[in-house]
Amino acid sequence: MAALHQRTVNLLKKSDVELAVRWMADLEASGSTRNLKVDDIKQQMAEFLRLLNAIANDGGSQTVGSAQGDEVRQFLEKLSQQRALVGQDAQQTAYFIFSLKGPLFALLQTEYSDDASLLAEQLWELSQLLDTLGMHTIRTYQKSREAVIKRQQEELLELSTPVVKLWDGVLALPMIGTLDSQRTQVVMESLLQRIVDTGSEIAIIDITGVPTVDTLVAQHLLKTVTAIRLMGADCIISGVRPQIAQTIVHLGLDLQGVVTKANLADALALALRRLGVTVAKASV
Amino acid sequence: MERIPILQMGDFLLVTIQVDMHDQLALTLQDDLSERISQISARGVLIDISALDMVDSFIGRMIGMISGLSRIMDAETVLVGMQPAVAITLVELGMTLPGVSTALNVERGMTLLRARAASQ
Repeated sequence: MAALHQRTVNLLKKSDVELAVRWMADLEASGSTRNLKVDDIKQQMAEFLRLLNAIANDGGSQTVGSAQGDEVRQFLEKLSQQRALVGQDAQQTAYFIFSLKGPLFALLQTEYSDDASLLAEQLWELSQLLDTLGMHTIRTYQKSREAVIKRQQEELLELSTPVVKLWDGVLALPMIGTLDSQRTQVVMESLLQRIVDTGSEIAIIDITGVPTVDTLVAQHLLKTVTAIRLMGADCIISGVRPQIAQTIVHLGLDLQGVVTKANLADALALALRRLGVTVAKASV
Repeated sequence: MERIPILQMGDFLLVTIQVDMHDQLALTLQDDLSERISQISARGVLIDISALDMVDSFIGRMIGMISGLSRIMDAETVLVGMQPAVAITLVELGMTLPGVSTALNVERGMTLLRARAASQ
């Protein structure tokens, strides 16, 4: 495969100032400079042109994935992370690289105006190099976005599983949101741990905040109830709304052996009765 | 040979598993326990597994079998002190130990055993 011609490399080096000016004009015209400081962009451009020069000198698109491409890859990773943080989308981030194509190709066209085949070859090479770099930018952009989403998911997971003590020996777990395997696991672990820590005999799982109950959710609930029973405590499920009760019956789910109550108050009353506690109105 | 001690408290037998259960140990325990139950005609057996932090399906099945054989020999069995991780593992393995009574700790298990024995 044809590599980048030395003439192209020299051309790149020679005309970097001119390139940067036209590149900037292109970027501004496309609106991809929003939320960014002009000085920052200029600095990033100069840095990228320098690295592009280096990589073009080292052999072009094949080098990007190798050890020699480390520096340019790190630069692009930093760049896309910064873009993800200021809220630019993937297109705007990638356009930073791809918008260099216009000025570059114009430059090549004037340089190789006498030799059409060489022009085509060099255009192809350069285009490939920029594509590789652009794809790497998008990939790292995606990765940093995914990292943000993952972190938020974990935070949500921790936020949404509070175990509260209702009475001496009675724990309650108000579940909010959809139950999936991962959440059930976290919920189960924290509830079981609290049961051990507090020595509570009764745990109430309140599913008022669970929007839908399907076979999978029911299975998760049953698992939790069984684990609680194995540890030697009792479990009551409360907050079964009419629609959910209908769904459970329609699905033919077997919730036998599980004590269910319509609301948390009923569950607490049952728990107190089991503990042998009576609540009476104070006589005035 | 390594054995799990079986302690006698009145009419009840107390088994405390303090070491990692391996298969042979579980089998020995099953033999020893059935022997002791018939010897003293025990009314109840309390198995404390609070120190057990790892189980496999075999040990899970052994626990189920031990409580099953005690019941047949007319001794109530209460399993106490199961760790959360163990409970989750057993549930994930599909071993829900139906028919086995459980309690949070030895004290509560004893209370449960006495109540059951008194009601008979």
